Amino acid sequence: MADQTRVLLDDIDEPGLHTIEVYERLGGYQALRKALTTMEPDEIVAELQASGLRGRGGAGFSMGQKASFMPKGTMDKYLCCNADESEPGTFKDRLLMQKNPHRLIEGIVIAAVAAGANRAFIYIRGEYVLQADILNAAVAEARARGYVGANILGSGHDVDLVVHRGAGAYICGEETALLDSLEGKRGNPRLKPPFPANQGLFRGPTLINNVETLSNVPIVIAKGAEWFKQRGTEKSTGTKVVSVSGNVQRPGNYEIELGIPAREIVYGLAGGPPPGRKVKCWFPGGSSAPVLLEEDLDRPYSFESMAEAGSMLGSGAIIVVDDSVPIVSLALRVARFYRHESCGKCVPCREGTNWTVKMLERIDRGEATPMDIEILDQVQQNIMGNCLCVLGDSMAMPVRSMIAKFKDEFIAHNERAREAADRLAVGAGLSSEPVDAAA
Amino acid sequence: MTPEHGNGRTLRARDPVAADHLAGAPEQAATPVPSVPAGWDRSADLTKPPATIPDPAQVEVPEDLRREIEEHMAKYPDRRSAALPALAAAQRVHGWCSPEAIAQVAAVMRVTPAYLSSVVTFYDMLNSEPVGRHYVYVCTSVSCHLRNAQALADAMKAALEPGDDINVREFECLGACDMAPMCDVDGRYIGPVDPSEAPDVIAAVREGRTPLPGRGLGDDGFHLPWEQES
Repeated sequence: MADQTRVLLDDIDEPGLHTIEVYERLGGYQALRKALTTMEPDEIVAELQASGLRGRGGAGFSMGQKASFMPKGTMDKYLCCNADESEPGTFKDRLLMQKNPHRLIEGIVIAAVAAGANRAFIYIRGEYVLQADILNAAVAEARARGYVGANILGSGHDVDLVVHRGAGAYICGEETALLDSLEGKRGNPRLKPPFPANQGLFRGPTLINNVETLSNVPIVIAKGAEWFKQRGTEKSTGTKVVSVSGNVQRPGNYEIELGIPAREIVYGLAGGPPPGRKVKCWFPGGSSAPVLLEEDLDRPYSFESMAEAGSMLGSGAIIVVDDSVPIVSLALRVARFYRHESCGKCVPCREGTNWTVKMLERIDRGEATPMDIEILDQVQQNIMGNCLCVLGDSMAMPVRSMIAKFKDEFIAHNERAREAADRLAVGAGLSSEPVDAAA
Repeated sequence: MTPEHGNGRTLRARDPVAADHLAGAPEQAATPVPSVPAGWDRSADLTKPPATIPDPAQVEVPEDLRREIEEHMAKYPDRRSAALPALAAAQRVHGWCSPEAIAQVAAVMRVTPAYLSSVVTFYDMLNSEPVGRHYVYVCTSVSCHLRNAQALADAMKAALEPGDDINVREFECLGACDMAPMCDVDGRYIGPVDPSEAPDVIAAVREGRTPLPGRGLGDDGFHLPWEQES
């Protein structure tokens, strides 16, 4: 069985890790102390940049570079931790917040100091009740010990931290929709530019990072960029917590070094599909990633290799689909999710997700013509790149990849359903075709 | 024009009415209607002036609720940021975001009821229609779907009895795909849940017991069936 490389999850099974006593006993908040007493904010940003740490929320943008975009000066600046984990297949942040909330808080405070932000927010999805309670308790503990609040560890830096609960909307994980939601509005994405680093929360410069990214920050600071870079590949440094789900025998979170073959994760760690079943296709980065086939499992699991294969690493959520699943039902299930979660602001996404669901339902019922499958593909192309955010693309990409890779199955599914419907209609005497007069 | 268009039979199949007819049973072919904001089909009464920020002297607000909303408002540079936590608090008191609940939040936050309504109708966890006080969200997104979540959702709905104060609904990804198929009962994640256990879960909620003790995320010693006990 393949091994995990545990860096972020090193102490995850330690009882009571969510309390500050245990976290401090295991060396917690030493990175914050090091950053505040021996480093200038610029040096922290430089160290993060040198580590090659890439955002773990989906886009994979360099975290240090993002922090370096924050303007200098004394205006109100903000840091938002994106804990709205809602991408189907992703459940790594849930684990990190529930088991090790203090490492996240430590990372937030270090990143806030580096970015010059004095107010930080954790935007956590409303469904994560347990995790929000744990975070609130942890923030109170950290505040009581002087790690959060005014003049942290006597350094003169102030960072206030508030846990803000969402109320159930996938789109609020999109960074600008998150800002609108945090301002108390409907979570509609904003036009970019201006980018949040220039004008974000309450119109102030804002740094937004994912839970896993920020949880890596104390490790980079404590052990140094060189140590961090030893793991992973040249362009995908460090470890990644991968959420494996779907048709595998051992779904769960596994921490791996980026660049190991995907097969080791799916078969070695997660046990592969149930006995007698084969992998039909798999999503390498949540349900918005284009699907890959069985043979792609031999590729290295890294940002660059998944992009080469025509898909993406995204949030690092592998969903495995076995050969018992009809591709039409999979496409329909994915499309329905995005139809439900589309905020409705941009027409191509609002109408495109709706039409895609309707057309897939027609194929499922056997009412589609061969041309409909072409139109379905064109609808996807017309969504992509034509909206303020990538929610529509997130449906278009996987649906397009399914049409490209399983076109024959779409056609055969439609034919079978049509024949079945015809038989039913004849049997019920509802068909306009001549029915046996003796009946 | 492609040959498909010249074919009368295919054209008829493309017509939804004819298609239902061909399928034999209309209810079989019926697809779920997309969710639309509540009240979309009711026209506004244009003879009335638009609602303004309620007069705090005219709206009675439970003291605990007022205090909670004010505490939330104090946490942010702009008081409107408290809209979500304030509405969630009002929903806990009133059971749903009723016009009365919205008026109370509006009076404390000094915003218009329309602004709050716009927020309520956007978020899945805020209810703009009366629902049961308890909730059971069954995740039916892709990872749970691959592990038979639809059967679990159907079993939960079937287990309901008239008069149950329980809001059972299918929900989009709850971020617990490792527990699939799973459900969220009043904020407690339980899973994997077999459809045969659904009546048990609903009965526990009805009687105020904890459903499936030990099987909730965060319960002492919780682990998935394929994980070793630590």
